[in-house]
Amino acid sequence: MAKVHVSTTVNGQPMDVLVEPNDSLLDTLRDGLGLTGTKEGCATGDCGACSVMLDGRLVCSCLVLGAEAEGKTIDTIEGVADSDGLHVIQQKFLEHAALQCGICTPGFIVAAKALLEKNPNPDETTIRYWLAGNLCRCTGYDKIVRAVQDAANELASPA
Amino acid sequence: MAEAVDLKAIGTRPVRPDGVEKVTGRANFGADLNLPGMLHGKILRSPHAHARIKSVDLSGALAVDGVLAAISGKDIPGGGDLGDNVLANEKVLYDGHAVAAVAARSAFIAEQALDQIKVEYEVLNPVLSIDDAIADGATLVNESQHTNGDTSQPASNIAAVTKFERGDVDKGFAEADAVAEGEFRVPTAHQGYIEPHACTATINEEGKATVWCCTQGQFDVRSMTANCLNKQVSDIRVIPSEIGGGFGGKTTIYLEPVAVKLSEISGRPVKMVMSREEVFRATGPTSATLCRVKVGAKNDGTITAATAWLAYEAGAYPGAPVGPGCMSVLAPYDLENFRIEGLDVLVTKPKVAAYRAPGAPQSMHAMECAIDDLARKLGMDPIDLRLKNAADEGTVAPYGPQFPAIGLRACLEAAKVHPNYTTPPAEGQGRGVAVGFWFNIGMQSSAEIRIAENGAVTIMEGSPDIGGSRASMCLMAAETLGIPYENINAHVGDTEATGYCNTTGGSRTTFATGMAVIEACEDIIAQCKERAALTWELDVDQVDWEDGQAVPKPGVNADVKPLSLADIARSAGRTGGPLLGRASLNAQGPGASFSVNWTDVEVDRETGKVDVKAFTGVQDAGRAIHPSYVEGQMQGGAVQGLGWALNEEYIYNDDGVMENAGFLDYRVPVTSDMPMIDTQIVEVPNPSHPYGVRGVGETPIVAPLAATSNAVRDVLGFRINDLPLSPPRVLAAIDENE
Repeated sequence: MAKVHVSTTVNGQPMDVLVEPNDSLLDTLRDGLGLTGTKEGCATGDCGACSVMLDGRLVCSCLVLGAEAEGKTIDTIEGVADSDGLHVIQQKFLEHAALQCGICTPGFIVAAKALLEKNPNPDETTIRYWLAGNLCRCTGYDKIVRAVQDAANELASPA
Repeated sequence: MAEAVDLKAIGTRPVRPDGVEKVTGRANFGADLNLPGMLHGKILRSPHAHARIKSVDLSGALAVDGVLAAISGKDIPGGGDLGDNVLANEKVLYDGHAVAAVAARSAFIAEQALDQIKVEYEVLNPVLSIDDAIADGATLVNESQHTNGDTSQPASNIAAVTKFERGDVDKGFAEADAVAEGEFRVPTAHQGYIEPHACTATINEEGKATVWCCTQGQFDVRSMTANCLNKQVSDIRVIPSEIGGGFGGKTTIYLEPVAVKLSEISGRPVKMVMSREEVFRATGPTSATLCRVKVGAKNDGTITAATAWLAYEAGAYPGAPVGPGCMSVLAPYDLENFRIEGLDVLVTKPKVAAYRAPGAPQSMHAMECAIDDLARKLGMDPIDLRLKNAADEGTVAPYGPQFPAIGLRACLEAAKVHPNYTTPPAEGQGRGVAVGFWFNIGMQSSAEIRIAENGAVTIMEGSPDIGGSRASMCLMAAETLGIPYENINAHVGDTEATGYCNTTGGSRTTFATGMAVIEACEDIIAQCKERAALTWELDVDQVDWEDGQAVPKPGVNADVKPLSLADIARSAGRTGGPLLGRASLNAQGPGASFSVNWTDVEVDRETGKVDVKAFTGVQDAGRAIHPSYVEGQMQGGAVQGLGWALNEEYIYNDDGVMENAGFLDYRVPVTSDMPMIDTQIVEVPNPSHPYGVRGVGETPIVAPLAATSNAVRDVLGFRINDLPLSPPRVLAAIDENE
């Protein structure tokens, strides 16, 4: 199969990459572009470890073809922190010990950031349903929910 | 024992040292390594639950363009059952059993090439339950397996029987005023770590291999891989990546010898990553069980006798966690009369692997349900019944040893007055209580402490950090050295970079590796005192270590300024060379951990769905080094236990093929399924650890199974003995009873 040339924007940077027609966006990010912060837990869209933003929409990158990234804007975990340091959500995950092994953490942070951009003041139930597509087997979710609540509070009332 | 010491670092909740790497995507997990020239390996798996392999023909795969190596079972010459599980030889013993493997330029080519391998099978009958496996005339999973190795008896699927008893059970039951009994089934469940198994291996022309992999124990990967390949441990270097969950499931190997062999044939590095389907079909899981228990008590609640018959599925090879299942089933109780019998039963399912408190959740589910029924019969509060019979310091445990200080009674007393317990369940909800227990283990650990020229401390140890243990190591070092936590970092070394360390498992890391870190810090302190004495021209016994610096002892006449770790490190070249502390030990006295859990549930009588409305865990941690991560263990274990109680089970069709090998159909709890998980840490210090630590990681999964069953019993008014309490089972039970 001939490879497909894809021009895309990842974390604000224009990028070119050759992909196999059957490569997922997850494969493209991890193997084509070396962005291994996005994780594969299932490759069937059930665990959320591969969550990224595609043109501002939260998706499982394992369910999108790499070739579909042509002309699109992709944001991954590697773009969440910036030159000022960690994002508030990342900081709150650390303060609340909202990660144990850390494999699901990039997906949770990308998904939580998408939630707070859409709904800056979610209640516990909203947080729990929004994050229901992200599996964590270590924490029992309690500290993740608290971290997201705390991040929302801090974003709402900057110190 | 540091109980009376004023602790400064221990008990605080700082950010873990590896935290930033893990919230930014920088941390490298098992599948994140790529090497130049690397090939991708894939495994061909059996479509049959049970079949004789008549032939394997690899030539079709080798003819595919881009394939550089292909192997089958004969290429993994050693390892016994483990090697046969890695690649099957004469028979395949479960759906998904590995049969052959290829390495190719891409994962896609490797997968395509698997289709070109020709395997001729003679299909045999599957053996899918304990009832079928132990029935007369059962199909034998292994024709040369005899119970307890006794070849005077016919071959059997019962690989082993263990028994132990105390007192006179018949007399005990005769004295009982009330008796509760039942037969309970717990299904096969998977550890469900989010990171699939992954490794990359390369081997050079001298036969020296390097393996990168996600594992709970790099030294065990080294020895197991060496065994499978008939190599020496010194031929293999194992570099542990970050690990994306394990819960016991990453204490063994599946891919590593295959990757090494494929690398040897191809001359290239080979990377292998399992799919989620492969993880479900061919790794883990833990045992399904059939348990028959009986317990009797006098009207005042005194338990007079108990019996337990516990059958555990081992999967395809002997080795179910039936021993710990038997040892834990009555561990919370001080008993005069009991009899326990355990069976290790072969079935055509994957070879079971350790799963968080291996064996205890199943047997204790049965017994804690019976204890709950007994409390109802006696009209006693379930916590009062347990307090009446609770094991305590000095109790001889059913499995032999006498308990030192333990925290069961303290946990029960804390639960009894907890506001979540004194407040009754809401209208329409039921409440269930259960007790959990795990032995915990000690074993071997090594640690080194290195001091940089600015006084910064590096810990090098060998326990893969699966849930924040680096933070615990740094806190114990900060406490011992008397310096700020922020000045310390901890690293997990590979098999060539750090001293031998047993696997992260058995809730041993904070206890045993922590003890090694503390002793290595004490070694540093001793060296610093010597260096200060040399600098000050004093005797070493005239020097003290206080708040992270060397000072002259009170009364010593010396006009000197205290020397900090940084001062001593900076001038170390003039006082004997770099500061390097070390310790290695075989830690004794790990200290059992007990818990009390209760949960409030609602049952939808139209759908059979059980909703967990509240959950509280109380557990003895001995000493919580980093309380957030202790709570995290309690919460995570609770939710795994709730998942097992409510939804999780392997579903096989009649041919023994797994029908739910994915996260959509093997449904682990998601955020919206769960309430907040309340925790209360009890601290009854472990007398064997300098700061009183007990392992905390495994106990939390034990009690939720029975607590959930007991809560559903409370709300429905009748008991459902088997798990999971999934909507179809609960609905059927409601239909039958109403």
